[in-house]
Amino acid sequence: MCDTCGCTITTGNAHLAAVDRPAPPGVTVEVLKDLLAANDRVAQHNREHFDEHGVLAINLMSSPGAGKTTLLEATILALRDRYRIAVIEGDLETDRDAARIRAQGVPAVQITTGTACHLDAHLVHQALHDLPLAGLDLLFIENVGNLVCPASFDLGQHRNVVLLCTTEGDDKPAKYPVMFRAADLVVLSKADLLGVLEDFDPARAEAALRALGRETPVIRTAARRSPVLAAWLEWLEQQLGAPRAIAQPRPLQATAAV
Amino acid sequence: MHELSVCQALLDEVAKIATTHDARTVERINVEVGRLSGVEPELLARAFEIARLGTCAAQAELAITLCDIMVRCSDCGTASPAQPNRLLCAACGGYRTRVVAGDELRLRAVELEVPEAAGAAPIH
Repeated sequence: MCDTCGCTITTGNAHLAAVDRPAPPGVTVEVLKDLLAANDRVAQHNREHFDEHGVLAINLMSSPGAGKTTLLEATILALRDRYRIAVIEGDLETDRDAARIRAQGVPAVQITTGTACHLDAHLVHQALHDLPLAGLDLLFIENVGNLVCPASFDLGQHRNVVLLCTTEGDDKPAKYPVMFRAADLVVLSKADLLGVLEDFDPARAEAALRALGRETPVIRTAARRSPVLAAWLEWLEQQLGAPRAIAQPRPLQATAAV
Repeated sequence: MHELSVCQALLDEVAKIATTHDARTVERINVEVGRLSGVEPELLARAFEIARLGTCAAQAELAITLCDIMVRCSDCGTASPAQPNRLLCAACGGYRTRVVAGDELRLRAVELEVPEAAGAAPIH
C-alpha cells in the first residue's frame, strides 16, 4: 500500500471521514481560494519560461504501458531534423525512459517521483534547471503513467495529450472523466492492433468522450513496425504554429474548450 | 489518489492564514470539493488525518462540502445537473456544454481560535 495518497481508505473505514459539527466559537476567515493555488502559481511561472523561449510544452498522459515513450521515440525520429525537441520524463523509479529518449539524440531529464503518483509544477520547475530552453521548439513532458492524479496538476504546459491504448477498454473516458475532459487531443495508440482486438471499438471510445461534453479530436497512431503517425505529426505542427498563452483553471481544462 | 498532496497544499495555505491572524489554533477548515474535481472527499479526509499532524491544524476538523455538477448548454442555453461521465445537456441532449459548477476544489473558510477575539464576528 502506498503511504502517499491516502488510498488505504475503503468503504469499511470511510466512516472515519469528517462529519459536519456545529462551528466552535472563534474567528472565521473567509478564504475562497483554490486549493492548488500554490501549484498553479509555479505552473504559470513555468509557462512564462516556455513562452519567453518560444517553446511549445505538451503534457503527455495515459495509463502505464499505453506507449507514451514509444510514441515519443517515433515522433523524435520523424521531427528531429526540423524541430529542436527535448523531453522531461516522469516515473516513480529508474531513468530508463530518459535513456531511451537520449538514444534518439535529443536532451532528456528524468524526474523520479519515488512514491508520488503524478508530476506537479514544482517538480517540472526543478527539471527546467537541468534543461536549457534556449533554442528549443518543442518540449514533451511525459507524465507518470496514471489516468487519475496527473489530471489535477497544471504543470505549465500549453496542451494536454491523453493516450487511450487499444489494449485498454474503449470505456476509459467514462471511467476517468476528469482526465479525458482535460485532453486537448486524444490519441488511440497501438492502433495497428485494432484488427485483432475485437473488443475495442473506436466509435464507442469516441462516444464516451463526447458524453463528457467535449469536441476533443481523436486520432490514431501506431509507433512500431509500420508507423502510423501522419495525423499526430500534423496536429503537432498545427500547435507549433498556433498561439499558446492559456490560463489553466482547476481542475485541468482542455485549452480548446467548447 | 493524490489527496495527500492536495492536503499539504491546503495546510500550507491554512498555516499562512493562521500566522496572519495570530491564531492560537485552527479549529475547523471548510473546503468545497466538486464531484468533477478529481479529488475524492473520503480520501481527502483520510489524508488530512495524516497531513495535519505536527501542524497548526493538528486538532482541526476538516469540513468537506461536496458540490454537485451543473452544466450549461452552448446550443440551447439550459443549465442542468449532470453526472461526472455524462455531461450532456438534459434539455436538448447536446454535448456542447460547459461545466458551471462541480469542478471546484476550494478552501472556503478557516475558523481560528485567536487569543483576544473569542466569539468575534466573521472577518471578510
